[in-house]
Amino acid sequence: MDKNLPVISCKSVWKIFGNNPEAYLKRMPAGHSFDEIRADGYIAGVKDVSIEVSRGEMLVIMGLSGSGKSTLVRCFSRLHDITGGTIEVEGQDIMSLSEKALIDLRRNKMGMVFQSFGLLPHRTVLENVAFPLQMRGQDKHACRDRALEVVKLVGLEGREDYFPRELSGGQQQRVGIARSLAIEPDIWFLDEPFSALDPLIRREMQDEFLRLQEMLGKTIVFITHDFDEALRLADRIAIMKDGAVEQCDTPDQIVMNPATEYVRKFTEDIDKSRVVHASILADQAKQGEGDAVSAHATIHDLASLLVGDVRDYIPVKDGDTLLGAMPRQKALEVLVGAD
Amino acid sequence: MAVLSTNALANSGTQVTATKVALWLACAAVLLTALQYAGLLPAWLHRLPEAWIPPFAVWLDAAFNFVRTDLGLEKLTRWFAEGPLQFMLDTTANLLYGKRRWPRFEQIPWSAIAASAAVLGYYLGGWRLAALAGGTFVWTALIGQWKDAMETMSVLVVAAPMAFVIGISLGIAAWKYAWVDRAIKPILSVLQTLPFFTYLLPAVIFFKVGPTAGAVATIIYAIPPMILMTTLGLKKVSPEVVEAGKMSGCTRWQMLRHVYVPAARTEILVGVNQVIMLCLAMVVLTAFIGMPGLGAKLLAMMGSFKLGRSFEIGVTIVLLAVTLDRLSKAWVVKLPEHFEKGTPWWQRHKFMLFGVAAFVFFTVLGQFVEWFAEIGRRQSFSQGKEIDTAIKTFLAYDIVKGTTEQIRYVLNVWVLNPFRDFLLSIPTFGFILFVVAGAVALGGKRPGIYAAVFFGLVALTGWWDRSVITLYSVISAVILATLIGLPIGILAARSETASRRVLLACDTAQTFPSFIYLIPAIMLFGITATSVVMSILIFAMVPLVRYTVEGLRGVPPEMTEAADMSGATKLQKLWNVQLPLALPTMAVGFNQAIMFAFFMVIIAAFIGTQDLGQELQKTLAGTDLGKNFVLGICVSLMALTFDMAIMTWAETKKKMLGL
Repeated sequence: MDKNLPVISCKSVWKIFGNNPEAYLKRMPAGHSFDEIRADGYIAGVKDVSIEVSRGEMLVIMGLSGSGKSTLVRCFSRLHDITGGTIEVEGQDIMSLSEKALIDLRRNKMGMVFQSFGLLPHRTVLENVAFPLQMRGQDKHACRDRALEVVKLVGLEGREDYFPRELSGGQQQRVGIARSLAIEPDIWFLDEPFSALDPLIRREMQDEFLRLQEMLGKTIVFITHDFDEALRLADRIAIMKDGAVEQCDTPDQIVMNPATEYVRKFTEDIDKSRVVHASILADQAKQGEGDAVSAHATIHDLASLLVGDVRDYIPVKDGDTLLGAMPRQKALEVLVGAD
Repeated sequence: MAVLSTNALANSGTQVTATKVALWLACAAVLLTALQYAGLLPAWLHRLPEAWIPPFAVWLDAAFNFVRTDLGLEKLTRWFAEGPLQFMLDTTANLLYGKRRWPRFEQIPWSAIAASAAVLGYYLGGWRLAALAGGTFVWTALIGQWKDAMETMSVLVVAAPMAFVIGISLGIAAWKYAWVDRAIKPILSVLQTLPFFTYLLPAVIFFKVGPTAGAVATIIYAIPPMILMTTLGLKKVSPEVVEAGKMSGCTRWQMLRHVYVPAARTEILVGVNQVIMLCLAMVVLTAFIGMPGLGAKLLAMMGSFKLGRSFEIGVTIVLLAVTLDRLSKAWVVKLPEHFEKGTPWWQRHKFMLFGVAAFVFFTVLGQFVEWFAEIGRRQSFSQGKEIDTAIKTFLAYDIVKGTTEQIRYVLNVWVLNPFRDFLLSIPTFGFILFVVAGAVALGGKRPGIYAAVFFGLVALTGWWDRSVITLYSVISAVILATLIGLPIGILAARSETASRRVLLACDTAQTFPSFIYLIPAIMLFGITATSVVMSILIFAMVPLVRYTVEGLRGVPPEMTEAADMSGATKLQKLWNVQLPLALPTMAVGFNQAIMFAFFMVIIAAFIGTQDLGQELQKTLAGTDLGKNFVLGICVSLMALTFDMAIMTWAETKKKMLGL
């Protein structure tokens, strides 16, 4: 398989809820807004979304509740059948898959973590984790060994025989994560995995998640309504509103160049200096002088340097390549939060 | 009720007209009745002339005969009854009380069953359940009713699992396919209101007299709640658990087997509890079709007015019911718990091992010590005669006798008989108009139309007078039950402990097979019309009290606190805040009381009534399936009318209050 091919690619995907939505979508005039669709008695869960996820990337889908982010991710795994458009997973149109082929895809390629965990209450931790393996008919010992391995990976060693209700929320979500990883999926969906946890545990789980991702390097679609979480984790962020994607870009770009007023409002209250990297401010036309800074450093990292320095332009290097020079004035504006 | 319903309905324009329509209908009914009293009403408006009544019974008989003989259904059912069903019943009968038939197993000693039950009780709910379960069986054996009890149990242990299997399968089908759901729903609501005599006769005709027919009637009777609980449980499975199953790559069968059914465990087990309880209630009642066991014994003892023995059998039945109920409920809440790593095998399965050990021990012991295997009649500790004398002496005291006779006299002469005569004096059309007016006032258009159709059908069956007498027993008993039950409920709801105790009492009372409620009524009032009303009254009071307490306790605390802070007195708070909010729940209780009353009034036919139940009981002796069905449907239609009107009212009211 071509490494550069996007893992998930969707083109003008629609998901409309209501009575006979296909017919409605056909006769619906182009450019109908969310509210106009609602006035017709339909709900646009996903509205004309085109997005691509490339291999090894972490795409975070962000939006308030009801913005369609959960619906979109359920379209990727065909938990929802889409109303219009196409979704290809590794080059295969998933809407054309037979039930058997779809089950095979989920058994071997996809894993998903749910907001309220979705654990089976009658099974122990180990049995929950082994569940997807068992479903594809692996033999008992292989299931058990693999499940033990994943349980250890998420740090639940020694609790294999506990039942979900005997665990705390954070531990339950670890089971959910372990279960989704048991089959070694290529694509990993996480639907607001940490929203049901209290803030301290959430932070801890995010770190844990980043650790896992560093080890495993999966293609990830991560859903959250928490902008800080999105910034912390994402390679790219897609911001959704009323079923449509408002902007899909890197965190730096979203913060520095919001595409719409709605996106700008999201970025208003955050500390931009912690998000924006030197690379994004680098002006290719300029050379700068003196010691270069790393392209991967955030403005916050460079704070003391920026304040003490006197240069107008500071060179930015990614490794040994010179990207350009960063205007100090602009960097300082980001640092103090002036617009 | 009328005032409240106008208040509730005044919000929307259409509902106001409903009240108006109801008023007009009621006026028309009053006018008709007045004309009748003045002697101006033509006879055909008073009662439908015989000539107008279509021969439903004959038609139904023809239809049944066609299915039975021409389509060969009877051959199939008889084969089933004489083949597999008979075999299963013989096996259980052999094991439990040594019925000498093939396959010949030895009878299990009573002590072994009691010991196993105690271990099971301990496993499910600790010492108290162990004592209850073990104690029940020890009592049964000691009192000399082991054989009767086991005759009952031998049918129960066949019927309950079969009802479970059929119920859960139909439940899954109804959940999976919308058309099955649509087809099953109306049948279920009719089945749940159909008097049990109507289950019995077809069972006899298709499945022979005795245990087989008893088992079949029991199974059919116990299926509906299992279906309802299964669909309810499956619908309630959290969508994320379902999605997790799908994402794990489950096939449809795997989804059902590993995800849906285990996740709906609680509801399914509640269904199992209900199946067991209904089976027990019905097995006892199958005494009416010659099914031996506790029910038959009780029927015989009550018939010959042997109060002491009836009392003892009643206690046995109640103990069995409470034991089965508590055990199955404990199973519902019993959740799996993990063992620490390295727990040895015997420790993981210690209860099972212990149970088997106790069983084996007592079985062996029974071989050597006869007393542990079987307690003969002479050896038993039955105090039937003594209790009998005691009760009869007690009843013969002047003060007791005076009181019961006074109550009987007042009730009969001043309340019941005049009320019955009044109801009978209303012309048929007037009566129907009254009922429709009530249904419209409560529930609006739809229940009104159904009321008209249903009661119209009842009139057309030609059993009008008997239906009215049935209705009279139900209404008078429910009104009396309300007068007594509401104050009890309101008083109990005032304190936490009192409500808990009353709810526990109601819960326990609801597990008693309905037959039991005849015993106290007969003891106090003998075989009279008053005992009929009294037994219905006690039976119907249980749900009334229960839902009153639940409704009042369920009022959100911030509302009562708001009332307190507004300076309301206790009475003001009750009247203005608690009662209005509890009313929908209380209406559900009221509705259940009416349903219970319809059920009980039929059983009371045993005491001697002049209503539909009496006629139904008579049909059991023959093969008059058509008549049996017509009578049963009459009861069902009347019950459904009330059910629909009251439940619609309760639901709209609940929505309006935002509960």
